[in-house]
Amino acid sequence: MSKHVLLIEDEPNIIEAISFILSREGLAVETHSDGTTANEKLRGASPDLLILDVMLPGKSGYDILRELRADPATAALPVLMLTARGQTRDREMAEREGVSAFMSKPFANSEMLDTVRALLNGVPEEAPGKP
Amino acid sequence: MLNTLVAVCIAYALFLFAIAFAAERIAAHGQARWLRSPAVYTLSLSIYCTAWTFYGAVGSAVRSGFEYMAIYLGPSLVLVGWWWILRKLVRIGRSQRITSVADLVSSRYGKSNLLAVGVTLLAVIGTTPYIALQLQSVTLSFEVFSAGDLATGEETGQTALWVAAGLALFTVIFGTRNLDANERHNGVVMAIAVEAVVKLFALLAVGVFVVWGLGGGLSETLARIDASELGHWRIDGGRWAGVMLLSAAAFLCLPRIFQVLVVENDNETHLRTASWAFPLYLGLMSLFVVPIAVIGLDLLPEGSNPDLFVLTLPLSQGQGGLAVLSFLGGFSSATSMVIVAAIALSTMVSNHVVMPLWLRFAEPGATVSGDVRGVVLLARRLSIIGVVMLGYLYYRLSGGGEALATIGFVSFAGVAQVLPAMLGGIFWRGASKAGAFTGLILGFVVWNYTLFLPSFGPGVLMPEAWFADGPFGIGFLRPQAMFGLSEMDPLLHAFFWSMSVNTAGFILGSLVSFPQPLERLQGAQFVNVFEHSTSPRSWTGNVAQSEDLMIMAQRILGARDAQELFEREAERQGGRGPLPDVTPQFLETLERELAGSVGAATAHAMVGQIVGGMSVSVEDLMAVADETAQMMEYSARLEAQSQELARTAAQLREANAKLTRLSVQKDAFLSQISHELRTPMTSIRAFSEILRDTAGLGDAEKTKYASIIHDEAIRLTRLLDDLLDLSVLENGQVNLNLREGLLSDVLDRAVAAAAADEAGRRLEIRRDRAAEQIVLHTDLDRLSQVFINLIANARKYCDAPRPRLEISVRAGARLAIDFTDNGSGVAAEAQDVIFEKFSRVSDQKAGGAGLGLAICRQIVTRLGGDITYVPGRGGASFRVSLPGDLAIAAQ
Repeated sequence: MSKHVLLIEDEPNIIEAISFILSREGLAVETHSDGTTANEKLRGASPDLLILDVMLPGKSGYDILRELRADPATAALPVLMLTARGQTRDREMAEREGVSAFMSKPFANSEMLDTVRALLNGVPEEAPGKP
Repeated sequence: MLNTLVAVCIAYALFLFAIAFAAERIAAHGQARWLRSPAVYTLSLSIYCTAWTFYGAVGSAVRSGFEYMAIYLGPSLVLVGWWWILRKLVRIGRSQRITSVADLVSSRYGKSNLLAVGVTLLAVIGTTPYIALQLQSVTLSFEVFSAGDLATGEETGQTALWVAAGLALFTVIFGTRNLDANERHNGVVMAIAVEAVVKLFALLAVGVFVVWGLGGGLSETLARIDASELGHWRIDGGRWAGVMLLSAAAFLCLPRIFQVLVVENDNETHLRTASWAFPLYLGLMSLFVVPIAVIGLDLLPEGSNPDLFVLTLPLSQGQGGLAVLSFLGGFSSATSMVIVAAIALSTMVSNHVVMPLWLRFAEPGATVSGDVRGVVLLARRLSIIGVVMLGYLYYRLSGGGEALATIGFVSFAGVAQVLPAMLGGIFWRGASKAGAFTGLILGFVVWNYTLFLPSFGPGVLMPEAWFADGPFGIGFLRPQAMFGLSEMDPLLHAFFWSMSVNTAGFILGSLVSFPQPLERLQGAQFVNVFEHSTSPRSWTGNVAQSEDLMIMAQRILGARDAQELFEREAERQGGRGPLPDVTPQFLETLERELAGSVGAATAHAMVGQIVGGMSVSVEDLMAVADETAQMMEYSARLEAQSQELARTAAQLREANAKLTRLSVQKDAFLSQISHELRTPMTSIRAFSEILRDTAGLGDAEKTKYASIIHDEAIRLTRLLDDLLDLSVLENGQVNLNLREGLLSDVLDRAVAAAAADEAGRRLEIRRDRAAEQIVLHTDLDRLSQVFINLIANARKYCDAPRPRLEISVRAGARLAIDFTDNGSGVAAEAQDVIFEKFSRVSDQKAGGAGLGLAICRQIVTRLGGDITYVPGRGGASFRVSLPGDLAIAAQ
């Protein structure tokens, strides 16, 4: 059974790009673009990996991350966080909330794939290098 | 012989009269400059050398060796150190128009007349024996000639009386010519200066005769001095120092010295000359004292009165002429002292005793017409006669048997009691009237008990038993051995106790009491006389009538002087009338002028009667309390500085806050920019990698992905354009391209550009073309940019099923163009921020970076208008309002 990835991102073109890349690797990609309803979506979808954008309409990625870590059902879920504000502070905040991997936009497709694979294989990527 | 002597005396007296008269004449003609030379001033100080020193120094040398030198050294020290005390005294005397020691003390301590009366009494009591001494010396010297008995000479009351009468006459004539006691008595001063020369010359002549005529030359005389026991340095160090201190203190306090030193001084710089010339004079006076004493002891019969050696030595050698010269020297010493002392004392008595009494009892008030000058002059003349006669009485009562030097010291110690109050007054701001009183009274009592009363001898004024066992057998109160100090010399004992008790009382009294405002005022004026030589402003004035003051001033100054004064003041005030306005400054001047005639306390009281009340203004108090003023000034400066610092700090804090705010804004802005740039770049990179790395993509997919890349690239470009545009607008670097055009045309262009999107979806737009026929003179392209933005926003964000935008124009003072759509509008909490950079009206993706409205606002601001969100219109409504003068009414 193919692994299930949930992508929460609000930029249509980026959704399309990531979906394309991951689908070609044989992963099932589900997308969602609203921050406020992200956690319900997550509980319903119960994915193997969550790819989470930081700047979302309605609710920030950090808040979503904090909530899902607080929920025992999703506390151990690998989470890859994406942000377009590639500042150190953003990375630190993400790590404080318990992110599994962090990646700043724009990224190399191969890097995205490597990180996703590693997370799915249970090897947490501490600090993936920049492209 | 006696007749010759009387003739010589009368001739000499006539000579003095002539000199005094001539000096007055010269001064009256305004040619008195040489009369006021430092030399005359210095010579006039020589009234310190009375008959006591002229005759008595030799007696003192015989009795106690070189002790007489201490009497000369004391004043010399005071003069050498003139910079510290005398300069200040003279400055105060001039600035406050001080007329006497009593006036000085009274003036310092709040113009207290009671204090003045006290000092006057002390001065009279202290000076009377001294005057008696002069009479005695003159009488004695007469006796020497008349009886031919060289040793003793029996007094005849007649001689003393005639001398006293003559002196009183001279003093009355020349000492009361001017009512203004503060003015110089030119005649008197000149006569005294001449007498100073005569007595010096006489003593030097006798000395030269003794050394070279009798002693056989300088070396011979020195050898004889060495052989005599006088030549041995018999000095009791304690007594010597004590006598020196005592004479220094007396020099400052003696009324007659104060008279010539301070009152008659009209140029402070004379002190500089006197500081070396007067000690020199004293040195010359003392030069031949020891030779005369030694030779006198050798040549004159045993038991001769050494106090008269100066006279008897030449006489015994048959040098009649020299003896007469010597007599004249002594006569000069005595007369000059009596004259000046009488003037000084009469000023005090008339100003501080007679005038206040007269003011209180004789007439209802100071305004009543009638010339007060007559009263003042009469009071002064009577006082002179009274003072001289008091001296005569003392002389008759005391029997004249006392050794000259001793009487002098008693007198010195008496007047020295004023010293603590005087010095304290000019150097210590804290000195108060109560302290001055306490000190004076205690000092006076102790002086009386330990020195003055005992000086008449046991059993005369004080029971004999008191000397031995103390009053009522209380041993430790023995007048010459208080508290067991029996070893001490009686004079020093008295000086020590009186001054100690006096000073202690003065200091304690001052510390305990609280000075009145006027005292504080005067204290500041005195202590800091060099800082501000103006006198205190103590009148609040303007209640008084100028006329009343004029009447009073005429009575004291005389009609002419008073009118001159008033005219001068009126002129100085601006010359609005014949009489000056009663300003505090005028009152102050008037009071000072009056003080010269009747003393500060009386003048103050008289002006007070008319003005009705005096008070000390707040400014005065501030000026007074110089330390306070300085402290206040300093603290004001500090306060100003600290305020400035606080302001600077506030500015810095503000700047810092602004910088922090700017920094936060900049961070937020950069963060936003980063986000806005990275987002399209992410798509571009991802899809370009897909296109590159993915094999077997269909054509449709390739096209799709390539157009995504294309669109995102365009989005990036637009973002950068917007950013640059905004930056230019924000920095004010934009150049407006002003043109004329119709509003409807601008709107047409904007609608054409923005009403439809790429997909061809159109926004329905309603307009009122008639209202749009307005000619604008502005940057039409920029305005169009604003309209395009607003229309595009409506197209993008209006969430109505059938989006519609209404553009309405209203001309007026300002031209208002409203863009209202039929959507749900902007949430209330978002209305504030929509014009900020990177704020988006909705969460929906619309491809904008959120810079549009920020740019709009910048543009409209540049065009002189503003753009606002108008709430409550149903949908989103933006109003662009432009200044009315941009619009030229439709043709």
